[in-house]
Amino acid sequence: MGTKNIFNEWGIIITLLLIALPIIVASILAIVKAKAIIKNYLEKKEQERFNNYVKDLTPIEVEKLEQRKRALEFALSNNELSGETTPIDNKGLIDNVSEVETLRFIEQKKKSQPRPYIEPELSKLIIWYLGCATFWLLFGTTVGEYLGIKFVAPDVDHYSWLSFGRLRPVHTNAVFWGWASLAMMGLAYYVIPRVSNVPIASIRTGYRSLILINVSVVLGSLFLMAGINNGGGEYREYIWPVMALFGIGVFISLRNFFKTIAKRTTKEIYVSNWYIISAMMFLLVIAVVAYWPSWQTGLGETVVQGYYMHQGVGMWFMLFNLGLMYYFLPQQLNKPIYSYSLGILAFWAQILFYTLIGTHHFIFSAIPWWLQTVAIVGSAGMIIPVVAGTTNFLMTFKGSWHKLSGSYTLPFYLIGIIFYFTGSLQGTAEAFRFTNLVWHFTDFTVAHSHLTMYGIICFMLWGFIYTIVPRLTGKEPPQITVGAHFWLALIGLLFYTFPLMYGSTLRGLMWMEGTKSFIESVELMAPYWLWRAIGGSLMWLSHILFAYNFYVMVKRKDKITVPTSPIDILKAKQEMDTQAQTN
Amino acid sequence: MEFFDNHKKLFRTALGLFVGLTLIVAIRPAINNQNNNAPLPNYEPLSEQAYLGKKSFIANGCVACHTQQVRNVDMDKIWGNRPGIAADYAGITRTDFWRNTATLMGTERTGPDLTNIGARQPSMAWNLLHLYQPRAVVGKSIMPAYPWLFQIKNKVGKDEVEVVVPDAYRKGINGKIIASQEALNLVAYIQSLKQTQLPNGKAPMEFLYKKKESPTGKKGSTLNLPDGKLLYTNNCMSCHQANGEGLKGAFPPLKGSPIVLGDNLELYVNIIMLGYDPRPEYATMNAVGTDNNLTPEEVTAIINHERTSWGNNAKKVTTEEVKKIMDFIKITTKK
Repeated sequence: MGTKNIFNEWGIIITLLLIALPIIVASILAIVKAKAIIKNYLEKKEQERFNNYVKDLTPIEVEKLEQRKRALEFALSNNELSGETTPIDNKGLIDNVSEVETLRFIEQKKKSQPRPYIEPELSKLIIWYLGCATFWLLFGTTVGEYLGIKFVAPDVDHYSWLSFGRLRPVHTNAVFWGWASLAMMGLAYYVIPRVSNVPIASIRTGYRSLILINVSVVLGSLFLMAGINNGGGEYREYIWPVMALFGIGVFISLRNFFKTIAKRTTKEIYVSNWYIISAMMFLLVIAVVAYWPSWQTGLGETVVQGYYMHQGVGMWFMLFNLGLMYYFLPQQLNKPIYSYSLGILAFWAQILFYTLIGTHHFIFSAIPWWLQTVAIVGSAGMIIPVVAGTTNFLMTFKGSWHKLSGSYTLPFYLIGIIFYFTGSLQGTAEAFRFTNLVWHFTDFTVAHSHLTMYGIICFMLWGFIYTIVPRLTGKEPPQITVGAHFWLALIGLLFYTFPLMYGSTLRGLMWMEGTKSFIESVELMAPYWLWRAIGGSLMWLSHILFAYNFYVMVKRKDKITVPTSPIDILKAKQEMDTQAQTN
Repeated sequence: MEFFDNHKKLFRTALGLFVGLTLIVAIRPAINNQNNNAPLPNYEPLSEQAYLGKKSFIANGCVACHTQQVRNVDMDKIWGNRPGIAADYAGITRTDFWRNTATLMGTERTGPDLTNIGARQPSMAWNLLHLYQPRAVVGKSIMPAYPWLFQIKNKVGKDEVEVVVPDAYRKGINGKIIASQEALNLVAYIQSLKQTQLPNGKAPMEFLYKKKESPTGKKGSTLNLPDGKLLYTNNCMSCHQANGEGLKGAFPPLKGSPIVLGDNLELYVNIIMLGYDPRPEYATMNAVGTDNNLTPEEVTAIINHERTSWGNNAKKVTTEEVKKIMDFIKITTKK
């Protein structure tokens, strides 16, 4: 087995191809941007050359040029027909005239579009959700960054509350339940009333839910650090009373959304709502199955664990984000989704196949062989929803690719979609029995979960947040820091995952070979763990920029602007008049 | 379509499909596994102390890096004598009112698997020192240190266990380093982790993906013996260290050792197979050879490696000599 060339294994080949894809896309994106900058630079050069030429003009030349100019400028006065009356644009046809400014170092991206009216109370609720989410992102990834450092410097501290085994679940749970979950639900509070065309049923419920979830993550993190956990199943580390708070939080918001949809004024239920409502229902099912004690003795616990950890990822985060994507992508591209029915096919296929695949985390373990096989088959079946979803999104992009370079939100969408394809299919490849031999138990799994949870979920969420917060507050983030956030996060993710995947493959092969001791495989990983810490630092830095951007969008006082457009001038006058009346 | 426009029907159907599949792939198999498996006849439940130790194992999140499952694949053979089976876990029930069952199978092997650690490394002294500072015994280890499981005292009291820590890792500690009750519990738990023997006459499951038997041994090696250095690394190095010098006050050096270099092969093999404890200044050595089922070839390879490394220069021994002694040990210890 050991002497066999691993490059003949399908699982490995597929993975290599998938790994190459995001790099190619990122390179293309980088080339496009670089080209724009170079073009800009060359134009500037040309301008300088011209200036020198103008300086050296002789009076005779100037005279000649002026003569030619007069000749060229000869024209009719243009009012031969209309006379001297003032033109009036009665239908407001001329609007949004943009003036050319000086040469810019940073390309000016398109401003966020003004959107239909959103109740200020709802805006406030959504911003609270996203603000809390941002806090948990910073907290969770700071912990993650510290954990990455501990791989390189295990003696950096000796406090029980900060020891590796206790902090690791603090990181995973804070980014799962604190950051991603709160961000998703905040966004859902925006999307569901929009596509149902009615106000949200209860804003107060939204706040209750927010408080419950925050309390759950605070308590959960403290308990974990104090050494109180549920017994070691990944993402199931919060003890049941803590997880119950989270569950209740999701449950009351689910009822809230359901009521909103029930009184919708549209006939059909937009596909986003399918995904979002299902994700919330499924999460509750998953949590109950995972925490109910009747079927957890012995291997029962392991069967449930496999189910739980994977459904949590796929049925909660992935399904929810797909639902949001079906709303935001058409919105941002200003065109309908390519195929509504593909979205529906993906929905049912996702439920059918994803539910089966949990046990692929325990291949070759003592779990029944048939269950392992079902999981592998289900993993292969995942190709259907993933390909359907990706095709749908990319075909929606088709014809609008030019918008990519002019938007600061769309690159996040695109990277999210690309990783949706590669990350998910990588999961399929990893589930094969041979690839499991090489990669199971190594850090390959860690790299995979970051490619998906970070590459897919986080990038999508950032795209969505940058899309709606300016609409809610009317304030744009500085484009340079948004760009820096994007590139640091992307490059950081690649630095984090690629060395880790490479090193883990070597480690897995070393284990299979069986001629070296275990500790040598630990030594082997050292440089790759260092790369992981470096990539992690870049990602962490990008989150600080994101938090800053969010702060700017939400809090920064507006510069005093003198209204120029007729609408604004009238509004200002109206305000002044009403003020005068009330005084 | 009417169905798609009715939110009650639509969401009920989706929920029904999901719950139905959940029943088939999670709940039913879980209940089946729980009801149709029982612990093996000679399964020993955890002692009170080991149970408390397991609780601190859980509390400190050790499962993040240590698995407890021997898969039925050849590469996992070093972690146990046979693949794990459902019965191995059947005796594990809910921890308490607040906490779920902890099978601790794990998903990451950043550190070694612990299924059989109680047989592979049962030494109390080694485990305590390793907990206090893993790098004191395994230089390249990245495991966290757990100094808060130990107390500093001026005198070693009755029933207290002192941990002898090399000077490099004492760092400004003048008193004696004493293992707390929690540390002792944790070690009791680690010592209790052993694969239960299958009932007599029952053949264990085969390991899959067996390596093809390739003609081993470099040219001219002594009679195709296994790799002595690797065996030493896996079985001996954590105490006697890579440089063969041991750790002062804990594990004796093999470099220049009269037993390693001397002619009393019988004593030498005896120590490897049955352990050793005649010298109070060093920790007790456990029965490494018997615990790990070392074959005569393997023992010979280890002995030859030790006799010819780190400046040691003694005559190599043959498998036949070692085998004779080992057969004798087997007879005398069986009684």
